[in-house]
Amino acid sequence: MEILTSEFFQKALLGGLFIGITAPLVGLFLVLRRLSMIGDTLSHVAIAGVALGFLTGVYPLVAGIVFSIAASFAIEKLRKAYKTYAELSLAIIMSGGIALASILFTLGKSYSMNVNSYLFGSIYTLNSADLWIIGGVTGAVLIVIGTQVKELFLLTFDEEAAAVSGLPVRFYNVMISVLTALIISVSIKIVGALLVSALLTIPAACSLIIARSFKQSVIAVVVIGEFALLFGLIIAGVWNLAPGGTIVLLLIFILLLLLASRRGLRLFN
Amino acid sequence: MSTITSAAATDDGCRNHNDVITVEHVSFAYQHKQVMENVSFSVKERDFIGLIGTNGAGKTTLLRMIVGLHKPSSGQIRLFGEPVGKFKEWERIGYVPQRNAFNPQFPATVHEVVLSGLYGRKKLFKRLNRGDHTKASDAMDAMGITDLGEKRIGQLSGGQQQRVFLARALINSPSLLILDEPTVGIDAETQESFFHMIKHMHQHHNMTFLMVSHDMEMIRGYLGEEPASSAGKLHFYIKHSHETQDCVESNLAHSLKGLRERMEGGREVIAIGNSN
Repeated sequence: MEILTSEFFQKALLGGLFIGITAPLVGLFLVLRRLSMIGDTLSHVAIAGVALGFLTGVYPLVAGIVFSIAASFAIEKLRKAYKTYAELSLAIIMSGGIALASILFTLGKSYSMNVNSYLFGSIYTLNSADLWIIGGVTGAVLIVIGTQVKELFLLTFDEEAAAVSGLPVRFYNVMISVLTALIISVSIKIVGALLVSALLTIPAACSLIIARSFKQSVIAVVVIGEFALLFGLIIAGVWNLAPGGTIVLLLIFILLLLLASRRGLRLFN
Repeated sequence: MSTITSAAATDDGCRNHNDVITVEHVSFAYQHKQVMENVSFSVKERDFIGLIGTNGAGKTTLLRMIVGLHKPSSGQIRLFGEPVGKFKEWERIGYVPQRNAFNPQFPATVHEVVLSGLYGRKKLFKRLNRGDHTKASDAMDAMGITDLGEKRIGQLSGGQQQRVFLARALINSPSLLILDEPTVGIDAETQESFFHMIKHMHQHHNMTFLMVSHDMEMIRGYLGEEPASSAGKLHFYIKHSHETQDCVESNLAHSLKGLRERMEGGREVIAIGNSN
């Protein structure tokens, strides 16, 4: 139990609570726009950025952010080329990211780069600089979503209507991609690149089961995200499990519980 | 090349009808395939334009160009006299999408959807105030969907959903209403009452309509047997209204509510159906 009071654990907890708000919030908009897979794609590109950061001595988190923002623009471009097969652009960029990462990792072997920590997360190694960046990204996401929530709702529900209302639809699309890239890059250290997209999608999947309104679904994703991060980290800390995996399994457990209880309610009625 | 100029502009002496939509020599190509070539037409105030065309004729493309989602390859489109790119008064335009344009599992209530009609440039960075909520409840009242306010949009029947989208489009009391195949997948009876509501608005309110449809029966029934003009596979049917604008002064929500009550009484349908 003494792990819970240790400094590295508390740093992890703080970082986790930041991500627990922002990743599910942005993820809700992605899922509702049927872009669930974008998280996976950007995270794989971000690993390549992180690897390059290690090789060149650039701060890895920053390199990851730059790479995934670039990837989000590339996805938008490719999506225009394959308009009716939009998911193809995700598949291409994702494999490109992994390919680049694997080459960079092999090149960096002599630098004793720890691949695992980026694939599966290493939340206990969060340092103060990481926390500042995560906090900054969280603040930016909360300000943007806090001030633009009604416009984002309309854009997500009915993009055409948003355009007819005179909203700058293209700007919003780019903005969502950039926010996603930012969140994914800073989440990599916490749950790992392979698991990042779970933080974006599973809370949204839960909210679709329980929420009757958009307002409720916004509240639901944040509550579920925070709950999973908090208890996932505590469980992982106490029983010495992999934090990223524990958080994601806890999220899936919540999802199954909600699905079962909904079925129970139906039988009951 | 085709040109439509509504006859109404000349035979109505007391009002000067301005162009609401002006399409001038517009061509559009998509991936080297010419979708439309040199289309020109104009929509005057209080016109009802029915746009008919087969799949792939470019109806949706034209609609999307009018609202600025696509740029024409050549030519120009103006809204209320202003080029689309510079047009700012989007709250003057109401838009009713195809019914199947949204995901039925989307977590949004009827109330949230109707309110979203207000979310334009003018409301950026502004919170909704009491007046906005009054507008929403008026629009819902007019469409008879007040009781459905807290229901999830996907739980509603097709006809109810259509009323929700009409309420959303009317919340700003627009001067131009654009409808994109509004009755796809709705049963005949509900379609009829929907058209009836639209016709009532056209006849009694200062509104202009552009409706994309494949429902020939409804279009011919209200707009006449022959298109006023055609451009390629696009056909434009026009009817101008200058009936006594008995409701123009009064509030749209109140007038529609009255209409709905009369319709539920079963009388008005026949009366208006025959008057044309």
